[in-house]
Amino acid sequence: MRAYQDWVIEAETKGQKLSQVILQDQMEELEQTEQALFQRMSANLKVMRESVEAGLVGKRRSLSGLVGGDAAKVENRRNMGASLVGEIMSGAIAKALAVAEINACMGKIVAAPTAGSCGVLPAVLLTVEEARQVSERDLLLALFTAAGLGMILAERASVSGAEGGCQAEIGSAAAMAAAAAVELAGGSPSQTADAAAIAMKSMLGLVCDPVGGLVEVPCVKRNATGATIALAAAEMALSGVKSAIPIDEVIDTMGQIGKQMPCALKETAQGGLAVSTTGRRIQADFL
Amino acid sequence: MLAKSNVFDLLGPIMVGPSSSHTAGAVRLGGMARKILGEKPVEGTIFLHGSFAKTGKGHGTDLALLAGLLGMLPDDERIPEAPKIAKERGLSVNYESVDLGGVHPNTVKFDLVGQSGGHVEVVGSSIGGGTIVIHKINDFEVEIRGDYPTLVILHQDLPGLVAQVTLLLATAHINIASMRVSREKKGAKALMVLETDQTIDQAVLALMRTLPRIEQAMAIEPL
Repeated sequence: MRAYQDWVIEAETKGQKLSQVILQDQMEELEQTEQALFQRMSANLKVMRESVEAGLVGKRRSLSGLVGGDAAKVENRRNMGASLVGEIMSGAIAKALAVAEINACMGKIVAAPTAGSCGVLPAVLLTVEEARQVSERDLLLALFTAAGLGMILAERASVSGAEGGCQAEIGSAAAMAAAAAVELAGGSPSQTADAAAIAMKSMLGLVCDPVGGLVEVPCVKRNATGATIALAAAEMALSGVKSAIPIDEVIDTMGQIGKQMPCALKETAQGGLAVSTTGRRIQADFL
Repeated sequence: MLAKSNVFDLLGPIMVGPSSSHTAGAVRLGGMARKILGEKPVEGTIFLHGSFAKTGKGHGTDLALLAGLLGMLPDDERIPEAPKIAKERGLSVNYESVDLGGVHPNTVKFDLVGQSGGHVEVVGSSIGGGTIVIHKINDFEVEIRGDYPTLVILHQDLPGLVAQVTLLLATAHINIASMRVSREKKGAKALMVLETDQTIDQAVLALMRTLPRIEQAMAIEPL
């Protein structure tokens, strides 16, 4: 089975970014040129940007009526200079809510790695883009780093809520975003691994308990908190903080916890918040 | 474990939300049903099973299945307006809940009538991440995922027919990735399903139809 650490060693030996190793791997795997892969990734980035913009407007509501308009609230407060946590954190929160709301409202998004967790990665990367001078090429490369880690997560554990709970969806998204943010901010390949490990460790055990089985409550807001965990993990890794447990072992642990997690807490809407008094009432009202 | 093989499986698909299985997969199921019918559907019943019946409404599964029948793809932003578009294009569908037994929770059965009167029943499931499997066409068990160009041939069970079909493909330089043959009983109706690496063009399909005892031959493009 592949290990993220192998890519880290290869990148550091060659003096490359982690994304360059992944890009090379994928050019061989898909038998496509670098330019072709960049074009496909550009299409993803374009939709990510559009979904952030559409969500920040805040006009749309989901089919159940439970979701919509919260990204705009956070963005407005941020624009007034009133944010408690500052420009970067509030920006990431608003953007993550924006994309997750667009998803719930049947708008167009990029699954990253899933539709339910689609807000975390665009929020974190576009926030880093706002904060730092980064080129479009570096942004695309960071997406390859995120996707490469995602491949390892899918191979060694799972990125499906039905298989591994929310830790496998928003947890994976947070780890992918943390690694990508570190690379984009100039961190080393091994720092991307530390950031991913710290983010994933912070999400271990999180259950998938959607009210009424819908990708709305608590999914949308967990995209926002997932983005803040990714940024906190990136901040630590960029400062030289190391993860005591290596990334591949953390991923294996996530997979193991997913297996141990009862079915009621894996996207079946039979446990957790889905069966809280209010959760049940919402389900009865809507469905 | 999900066999995710490349970066674009992890970042992507580009799709209309909210769910890869209940929305994107549902659009693809509708699209496959339309391709199997082989013409524009004008009338149909959509039978929703399991989770599709229980949580489909909140995921827009009903809209997504209909959008697929209209030929839309999972990233089409008109999916929420599918009922309006269906009306404009003269497609009328009913929805029913159904218990199809021990199948995947995200399963649907389409009963479709096309504009020239053709009729088909298609059963398929959305098995995660937008991946789908068609299990049944009319009375025949199949396994079509829509990842490859697929040739479906309904014929009378006849010795040598498989060889003739594969010879035609070989002559057209079409490589077979997988093949499945089944029949009702000896000498009765039979079905061939072949997945290929190359597109099966209309000329090849026309030649297939000239073979003896072929009742129906369709080429389904990958979705």
